[in-house]
Amino acid sequence: MTTITPPDVIDELLGVTPGSAIDELRARRPVTRANAQASYDALFTPEHPGTVSAVERLAVAAFVAGLHASAPTERYYAEQLLSAAAAPVADESARALPQAVATEIAAARTSGPYGAYPAGPLSVEDTEGLRYRVAPDRRDVLGVRLSAALDHAHLLVFRPREASPAALQALLDAGWSTSDIVTLSQLVAFLTFQIRVVAGLELLS
Amino acid sequence: MTTSSTPAAVAPEAVIEHADLDRPVAFTQAELGWVPWLEPLPESEFEERHWTGLVDASRAKSPYFALLARDPEILGARTRTDKDIFYNTKEGLPRAERELAATATSRHNGCIFCASVHSRFASHHSKRGDDVQRLLDEGTDAALDSRWRAIVDASVALASTPVALTAGHIAELRAQGLDPLEIADVIHGSAFFSWANRLMLSLGEPEAPATP
Repeated sequence: MTTITPPDVIDELLGVTPGSAIDELRARRPVTRANAQASYDALFTPEHPGTVSAVERLAVAAFVAGLHASAPTERYYAEQLLSAAAAPVADESARALPQAVATEIAAARTSGPYGAYPAGPLSVEDTEGLRYRVAPDRRDVLGVRLSAALDHAHLLVFRPREASPAALQALLDAGWSTSDIVTLSQLVAFLTFQIRVVAGLELLS
Repeated sequence: MTTSSTPAAVAPEAVIEHADLDRPVAFTQAELGWVPWLEPLPESEFEERHWTGLVDASRAKSPYFALLARDPEILGARTRTDKDIFYNTKEGLPRAERELAATATSRHNGCIFCASVHSRFASHHSKRGDDVQRLLDEGTDAALDSRWRAIVDASVALASTPVALTAGHIAELRAQGLDPLEIADVIHGSAFFSWANRLMLSLGEPEAPATP
């Protein structure tokens, strides 16, 4: 049975062809397959985008995928950002974003998860690691909002155990609303799922 | 919005601090609470799309789901993904081992709340509560039989950034008798918890159960 009907990003990233082993494997989990794509659609072509722009979504996605250094996914989101930033409707300030995000990826890559637990018996497991923030002289290119989003995305990817109300306050201070923060959090967290499904299934094919 | 059925104790665009919260400081199979750091969407502001996004209307009472309902379309897709990966057990990996993958991922990422829920499920479905507790107490290197070892190792490797899963992990899962669909279930179980852990850890925090 082959079920590739509408475009499916995970299939595209895996290079799945109709009738291949991975196609048949995914076809046995049609609800998982459809909702992985529905999640992507909800985050990147939302019916109700609220106040998080398409360029912001793709800039964060390109950053998160770049942190994972997972070739097909990284390339996919970098290209999506490149076309969104170059689109005639895009803001003039968006033109510099693909390069700026690539610079941040290079500065922000590390290995995780790491970080500190709440003080107590787990403190013996605390591990140090990069507490990345966009450098002050590069925050102008990215803007206040996107700089704060990349800082937060790095926290979520590498040291989620260190998340805090203060980290959310930093987003509020940078102009992210409560609902925007929910969208941003889902976007980063979903990508950590999508990247892993692709990386895992790739080894099965 | 000018009307709300709840008193405006917090402005919606402010962080909620829980100064006197009794915080769990260790991994546990006990039932924990969870409190949000941002204001959930008040039920009085729910429209059709918010109810649809919850999937189960009763989840409006959960501060976690009511907060995520602020973006209902991704919440709905997230929830349907979650349910299919863990509850669709007509074929593929037994539920207990999907929960083991979720528990190992949560232990590795440091999500005390997620680990509590899914370690309970893993214990319930496997009847191996002692093994599950050892995983919580000692970490993902705790002694386990070879099949559980293979599932935990693959889950932890997949949960790492960059992803550290290799063909060797897949070969070990095969050697332990897992077929490709079952291996894909391990991958999906762990990958989904990379998603869930980050929401649970970053939008609020766990609360210890009331002392009996």
